[in-house]
Amino acid sequence: MPEIKVTPLGAGQDVGRSCILVSIGGKNVMLDCGMHMGFNDDRRFPDFSYITQQGRLTEFLDCVIISHFHLDHCGALPYMSEMVGYDGPIYMTHPTKAICPILLEDFRKITVDKKGETNFFTSQMIKDCMKKVVPLNLHQTVQVDDELEIKAYYAGHVLGAAMVQIKVGSESVVYTGDYNMTPDRHLGAAWIDKCRPDILISESTYATTIRDSKRCRERDFLKKVHETVERGGKVLIPVFALGRAQELCILLETFWERMNMKAPIYFSTGLTEKANHYYKLFITWTNQKIRKTFVQRNMFEFKHIKAFDRSYADNPGPMVVFATPGMLHAGQSLQIFKKWAGNEKNMIIMPGYCVQGTIGHKILNGQKKLEMENRQTLEVKLQVEYMSFSAHADAKGIMQLIRMAEPRNMLLVHGEAKKMEFLKDKIEQEFSINCFMPANGETTTVITNPSVPVDISLNLLKREMALGGPLPDPKKPRTMHGTLIMKDNSLRLVSPEQALKELGLNEHQLRFTCRVQLQDSHSDSDTLIRIYTHLKSLLKGYTIQHLPDGTVMVESIVIKVSSSAEEPNTKVLLLSWSYQDEDLGSFLSTLLKKGLPSGLSSI
Amino acid sequence: MYCLSGHPTLPCNVLKFKSTTIMLDCGLDTTSVLQFLPLPLVHSPRLSKLPGWVSKDSTINIEKELKVCAGRVFVDSQPEFCLPEKELLDLSTIDVILISNYHCMMALPYITEHTGFTGTVYATEPTLQIGRLLMEELVNFMERVPKAQSATCWKNKEIQRLLPSPLKDAVEVSTWKRCYSIQDVNSALSKVQLVGYSQKVELFGAVQVTPLSSGYSLGSSNWIIQSHYEKVSYVSGSSLLTTHPQPMDQSALKNSDVLILTGLTQMPTANPDGMLGDFCSNLAMTIRAGGNVLVPCYSSGVIYDLLECLYQFIENANLGSTPFYFISPVANSSLEFSQIFAEWLCHNKQSKVYLPEPPFPHAELIQTNKLKHYPSIHGDFSSEFRQPCVVFTGHPSLRFGDVVHFMELWGKSSLNTIIFTEPDFSYLDALAPYQPLAMKCVYCPIDTRLNFHQVSKLLKEVQPLHVVCPEQYTQPPPAQSHRSDLMLELQPPPMPYCRCSVLGLPFRRRWERIQLLPELAKSLVPSEIKPGISVATVSAVLQSKDNKHTLQPVPKPPPLPPSKKRKRVVEEPPELLAPKPLLSGAVPLEAFLAMLHKHGITEVKVEETAEGHILHLQAEDTLIQLEEDGTHIVCDDNEPLRTTLRDLVLRFLMKL
Repeated sequence: MPEIKVTPLGAGQDVGRSCILVSIGGKNVMLDCGMHMGFNDDRRFPDFSYITQQGRLTEFLDCVIISHFHLDHCGALPYMSEMVGYDGPIYMTHPTKAICPILLEDFRKITVDKKGETNFFTSQMIKDCMKKVVPLNLHQTVQVDDELEIKAYYAGHVLGAAMVQIKVGSESVVYTGDYNMTPDRHLGAAWIDKCRPDILISESTYATTIRDSKRCRERDFLKKVHETVERGGKVLIPVFALGRAQELCILLETFWERMNMKAPIYFSTGLTEKANHYYKLFITWTNQKIRKTFVQRNMFEFKHIKAFDRSYADNPGPMVVFATPGMLHAGQSLQIFKKWAGNEKNMIIMPGYCVQGTIGHKILNGQKKLEMENRQTLEVKLQVEYMSFSAHADAKGIMQLIRMAEPRNMLLVHGEAKKMEFLKDKIEQEFSINCFMPANGETTTVITNPSVPVDISLNLLKREMALGGPLPDPKKPRTMHGTLIMKDNSLRLVSPEQALKELGLNEHQLRFTCRVQLQDSHSDSDTLIRIYTHLKSLLKGYTIQHLPDGTVMVESIVIKVSSSAEEPNTKVLLLSWSYQDEDLGSFLSTLLKKGLPSGLSSI
Repeated sequence: MYCLSGHPTLPCNVLKFKSTTIMLDCGLDTTSVLQFLPLPLVHSPRLSKLPGWVSKDSTINIEKELKVCAGRVFVDSQPEFCLPEKELLDLSTIDVILISNYHCMMALPYITEHTGFTGTVYATEPTLQIGRLLMEELVNFMERVPKAQSATCWKNKEIQRLLPSPLKDAVEVSTWKRCYSIQDVNSALSKVQLVGYSQKVELFGAVQVTPLSSGYSLGSSNWIIQSHYEKVSYVSGSSLLTTHPQPMDQSALKNSDVLILTGLTQMPTANPDGMLGDFCSNLAMTIRAGGNVLVPCYSSGVIYDLLECLYQFIENANLGSTPFYFISPVANSSLEFSQIFAEWLCHNKQSKVYLPEPPFPHAELIQTNKLKHYPSIHGDFSSEFRQPCVVFTGHPSLRFGDVVHFMELWGKSSLNTIIFTEPDFSYLDALAPYQPLAMKCVYCPIDTRLNFHQVSKLLKEVQPLHVVCPEQYTQPPPAQSHRSDLMLELQPPPMPYCRCSVLGLPFRRRWERIQLLPELAKSLVPSEIKPGISVATVSAVLQSKDNKHTLQPVPKPPPLPPSKKRKRVVEEPPELLAPKPLLSGAVPLEAFLAMLHKHGITEVKVEETAEGHILHLQAEDTLIQLEEDGTHIVCDDNEPLRTTLRDLVLRFLMKL
């Protein structure tokens, strides 16, 4: 029985270190290869020993696909390819290919240079890993090998984010990566056609949330920033260098412009300039409006937003600072947070999801005292605001995508178990399809029922369509007959006559001639007419002919009447038919044996 | 296949394939504008003083429509284009239009607007965006110098016959039309659906079309049109040279039944690299001598390569201080757009974007103020303009656009040079209305499209069964009739077409794809007939929907209701459904006799005949004729006996 197996190595009932193995039609595909922000030990990376206890992964995987550049989707890639060992193709879109190595290098620096970890991947490994990357264009069908093909769809979530369809024969799986069903200030909405995959693997970060309108959230955000700045406070917005940052920059930039605000806006790290440049060069991946107007005004050239220097953090007066990383787990955002946490005039706005274990997660849960390194405690006095700007689909969006793609089965990853449970029930109710939510290391198996493609001879098909009429009648299905020839790997359906011819076989005619005795006191020819009338009245829908040569034909069955001179009333009927008409011939001989009804007119 | 354009590089063909009607490209033949007087941006006393044309016997009086310049007659009217043939088939029946590159879509508004067209146009994103720019530019060129007069009298066949050459020989003048409006452009382009390379697009479930990189310009594509069994490749404007676009995808063209070949180089004898060298050296020479250089060109395409070449050249040639101007209403957009299509560029340029740096060096030329672009000669340009300089501007026909102004301005000085790089127009014809001319003319046509050598190599590689091409490719160019290397020589010979040809493509469609539902497939009983070949008889219900066919199991008849009339049920005639399979093989006599014996039929008299044997089953009064290719059983109406004999015979035969 053909089946598809899905095993999450990461992101099973969890957010972080996305890594999902799919076995389909004898092919093995790894979807994403991410790291977990909440851990600093082995649990940081997916457990690749699941694939093989020892040795390289190359022979176990046909390809690896990375959905977007966020580290929880690509952070383990150099570890996997260079340290565990994988030399096969790695697919990602052009923007992902461009940005991914920068974030990996950033991640490496923080881990190795700042935290002093050893046994981590090196800069060279990142470079070697990126050499294995094959760029993927939207909607392009990429033939990984003769059987396995993949196709990318726009996912919206961040620049270059893609959903992927994996297809072998008529079986297919769609993996969404992270996606967003509503266009925002810089990206468009995810889209997919009605591709009816056997399994749709969807993220479910916001499985239970139905978010209010984006406009309201934006207004709220601007109001909070404005109020804090007005009262002389500082606003810290931890972000990832690429993605939400650009959206919020566009938002603040236009607000500053409109309100004629003077307080400085800073963007930390040297990445900004570069990041914005990527957006300019990959403008075709942004939303309609930006693409349309980019010649006149490039939205990613900011007037009010300037580069941040570490010394600015101690400057008096209000300011707004975007700093990386987004979950306050390390780096500049954490340093600034430490400096500003003690002042209740200040505010921190968390515009995205925070993984368990990070400081971001802790302060969002209302923790007021934080244990830092060296057993110090940090008191959190500044205002903590959470604004869901991260571009994930909410429950409504997930349902919308299901409606678009019409999957046969649903599988949830990249979310919290409790929330998944809720969404799973909802999906099963609304769409009457199975919904799975495997934990890490747990395999879900879906039996597929692919139909068998066969080459049918055009003659046979045309003949059949002509007979059947343009519209099939569901009440009276027509049966067609053909011979399926199986040779080598080809399956061809032809008419039986053609099959004989093609296989160089002679036809063997099997005929029956059956003598039926009948008492009838009419002349031979009258008896024949009586038979004709009898059959005509009985066999509706059959072709019955009375031929001048003294025979009656029912379809291709020949009936003759003869009698001997001695017994003119004992007629001998000769029924002759070929094996192909066996059912009808047998029926007629049995029928005629019973004699003719007396009431039949002979004319 | 219906051929609506005779221009080999600006094709417009319609393919009827498996109940779909597909237009391949929508080229607009603009060479017709050469018959018209230039449209000056500012009043030109020279042009307005040209004398009208009078026939020798003064019988024709259309002086107002026709003007004479340097012995040649021109139509004084807004320039008109030669449209694809509209009468050959009903344009409203076209389902889809496939565009191969931005030069081959300029007739789109004429086809999709006001014709009842309701289909979809497929093109890549760069093709759409740059095609839009070129159309907008064309409309802008025409509309900013409105001409009240529209000459029509000269088109009268009786009059045209009497006009001097080349006007006399102009073809299809009745189809010549003025330029479309911007509304038509917007409406036509709103029908475009974007596609990416190697994207499989299903048309009505019957046909799959796929664009492939053709290497000629940004987003340029060849197309594969195929069903499960037939494959047509449409090759239009392809290049194997390494310029800015993604390289040509050749392997996907393999195994075509028919390959339609258009858009070969128009300059088969000019080597593009050599031309580029000539271009640079002539440019440098003129500038050093204090003259200006005028480069009439399209706003996208080769200009990117020219700028890149100059970027490297100007430093070495000490031209660092010479201003370069690019003047077009879409100059800025064209330069900007070129930088954002990294996915569509060659590998070298792609990797620049990862740095991130703009893929084309003209970004740096602009940043360092070496290259400046202006929407037109009016406005900022007139005040910032310094000489000597190099001006890139359109239109390459020299009949409209800003180039007309520079011709009037610089034509009289022999210090200046005009360098032709676009291959679409004969430079002598282009210059005709400016004669007498003092300025130097250099002809460096750069056409990167396939030449005959490359194409024959390509065809050898991809091996199509049949090639269809414009008739021009089946004979040497008229000017070089001895050059038999400048034509296609193939076995079997290519099928030539010209404007208004209707070709039947050599297809024999024999197969169609059908899906057996899993339940049906499971129920089949295959039997091996020969080693490696098995057969199974299939009885199933055919479902055809959206040109997709499936076979389902025959639904079981509803169980008969338990009725008292059970007896009658027996008398129901069998459903006219299931004829038995065909039989094959032969019944061997000895084995059959043994079999009969086993079933208690012992009294058998065997009689030899010419074709086989007759078995007389004496106790049963039954005859069985056994022959090589047939068995005939003659018996009384003893149904049990007959069915026994039947089954015995069947044991020896194969069912198909």
